Amino acid sequence: MLFHQVFNLLFLFFLQMTAQEVRLCGLLLQEHFGNVVEKVGTHLIRSGVLNLRALAHETKLPLDLVKKSLCVLVQHGMCTFGAGRRGPAGPVEYRINCEHVFHMLRYPRYIYTAKSLYGDTGELIVEEILQRGQMTMSSTVKTVADRLTHNMPEGQSMDYSEVVSVFSQLVETHFLQRCPPLASAGSSSSGAVDTPLPVATQPTEPENHPDCYKLPYINLTGQGKRRRSSEDGEADQRAAKKARTDNSECGDDGIYWQVNFQRFHLHFRDQAIISAVSCKLDQSSSEIVRTMLRMSEVTTPAHAAFTQALSANEIFRALLSSYNIARPILDQYLSLLVDDPMEFVGKTGDSGGGMYVVNLHRALANLARATLESVVQERFGSRSARIFRLLLRKRHLEQKQVEDFAMIPAKEAKDMLYKLLSENLVQLQEIPKTPDYAPSRTFYLYTVNQLPTARLLLQNCYKTVGNLIERRLYETKENKRLLEKSQRIEAILASLQATGAEAAQLTEVEEMITVPERQQLESLRHHINKLDSSENQVDETIFLLKSYINSTQASH
Amino acid sequence: MAGSRGRGRSQFSFSVDALGFGRGDSLPSSAHTPSPLYPPMQFRPVPLHTGEEVDYMLALKQELRASSKNLPFHIQAARTKTDVARYSDKYQNGETKNNCIEWSPDWSRMPKELCIKVRKPRKTVIGAKPQLTRKPKVAAGKEEALQKLETLEKREEEQHSEEEEDEEKKKQNEEEPDADEDYDEEELEDETDYIMSYFDNGEDFGADSEDNMDEAVY
Repeated sequence: MLFHQVFNLLFLFFLQMTAQEVRLCGLLLQEHFGNVVEKVGTHLIRSGVLNLRALAHETKLPLDLVKKSLCVLVQHGMCTFGAGRRGPAGPVEYRINCEHVFHMLRYPRYIYTAKSLYGDTGELIVEEILQRGQMTMSSTVKTVADRLTHNMPEGQSMDYSEVVSVFSQLVETHFLQRCPPLASAGSSSSGAVDTPLPVATQPTEPENHPDCYKLPYINLTGQGKRRRSSEDGEADQRAAKKARTDNSECGDDGIYWQVNFQRFHLHFRDQAIISAVSCKLDQSSSEIVRTMLRMSEVTTPAHAAFTQALSANEIFRALLSSYNIARPILDQYLSLLVDDPMEFVGKTGDSGGGMYVVNLHRALANLARATLESVVQERFGSRSARIFRLLLRKRHLEQKQVEDFAMIPAKEAKDMLYKLLSENLVQLQEIPKTPDYAPSRTFYLYTVNQLPTARLLLQNCYKTVGNLIERRLYETKENKRLLEKSQRIEAILASLQATGAEAAQLTEVEEMITVPERQQLESLRHHINKLDSSENQVDETIFLLKSYINSTQASH
Repeated sequence: MAGSRGRGRSQFSFSVDALGFGRGDSLPSSAHTPSPLYPPMQFRPVPLHTGEEVDYMLALKQELRASSKNLPFHIQAARTKTDVARYSDKYQNGETKNNCIEWSPDWSRMPKELCIKVRKPRKTVIGAKPQLTRKPKVAAGKEEALQKLETLEKREEEQHSEEEEDEEKKKQNEEEPDADEDYDEEELEDETDYIMSYFDNGEDFGADSEDNMDEAVY
């Protein structure tokens, strides 16, 4: 019992969320699931761990609403539950997984990646599973087939087998995985009505289960149904509805699938490395790195610092002939990559024509460093960026040395340094010469530490996204009346067109929105697009910095 | 620290050059007000990325936001009636009630204490006239089934007829909730002669503005 308490306290301490992170979680929950879930989720994040009754009591919400909110959060994998401090006999305790909430920001990127790899079918599969949290294979296949059929020309429909094959591909390449079964499933829960959940406090890792990527055998044949508004469609609807409720017929009852975010993140990391090589060197070098990464996909564990060693012979054989790279050219490119200061590729031996690895962690560190330098440059100018880069490289420098190395006059250098200091991008370190810390006998050294600076910037990113969301909500609220009017007019136009109205009637309705109103709507649309696009772009930076920070923790 | 104070009083304990200004210069003015909320930027920000990929992801983001509002996971508190109970309450459409959940989770994967009654919301289909013909069909179906049961009872043996009865009952039960779901609420609910908007007592007018939802999405 005591161990549990201590363990929980320590767990809470290390998992404390910053104010910006809590704020962003709240905004994301509100956007997707509404105010009620936001209230429940935010309170649970702040408290760390709570049981149902305490949660209902502290949020002052009706118990039923809290139950519904928790169901939604558990369904989407954002909330985990387990035996609490009082052990299996006590109440179940709930905890929010903030990282999972942040993933909601990245949904468009996951879906677009699925589209680029597996086409429209892959795109819809991932979209459906993301929106519903977890789904069985059969229901996913049916829903996606219906959606694809809806967009196909009249008379055509999507066969279930095609969707099944794309689903299988997504599972084989580990982009989808089975939801981990509850730990209580393993223990014998024979017949007892009130079996308490003997689950561990920690959520079970999906990859710890051997069947994680095993496709179930399902008995599913047929085609997607087209939703029609005519009377003929009713028979289809009833049949489709019956088919959807008869899940047990397909044979995969109870086997739920979720998106494997980690796999997508590895893919994004590889993309970032390849594009960095392409920018720094050239297209051919990036293709070589792409080949190396592709070869190591299955053999490299998720948190590895570098890929498995590959010989130049192997790389040559694996290179696509379309790249048209001859063997001696490949050797030259490889030595170029090894010598590059970005250290993307390293040489670990000479057998097989040379053994090469991709330095994953070092690549991430360099990408993070490039991000930091870019931020300083865009906010403070290129000379401040020069000072920043200097300090990153030389670690500790005195004021005089900074002025000399950066070749910037003393007064301006001081100004820039103090500005960077006030923004916490640069730190001051005291090295005393004597034990009494006398200022005349102490070295004052400026220093930049990459990891804490990356963490600081990450918090800035969270704050930025929060600000962007709040601004978008404000803009929408300010123009609510106009937006509603525009929606009503669009609805009227749509119904008029459906019933075949004349052009004169349509223009009459269109003119109900005046020209200045139209301009206002257009400008609002432009602003919201810009804010949304900015969110997507900041999320790319969040991903890079978070990957870097995680990689440093993994190696410790 | 105390030791060096006695000697060389005109000497400062740090080199004055390191401060960045000479002896006679005035100190930089101190701030009297908090820094402005939107300080003028020295450097303009770099423009956003553009391209097909960016546009597609923007469209995806906005679509996801719009569709997530319609999913059953978007939970709203049921509006509490603060007035007296009204006759029209009986005929008001079944809005979301707190004690019902609008989707059916797999309860075996959730803690038992979260279990709550599942009730799929009745969908209003705007302008779907074919729905009108459903009710007579269903009614006819019921009658037919009843007749079938009677004849079967007479003709078949008891065991066999019981099986058929159960099947028919199951089909009836399945059809009823199905039919309920597809009922066009505007007409035909609870067999009144009035359309449902007749019972609209105007309470909802203007109430929506209190909600925090942003309805329009681009």
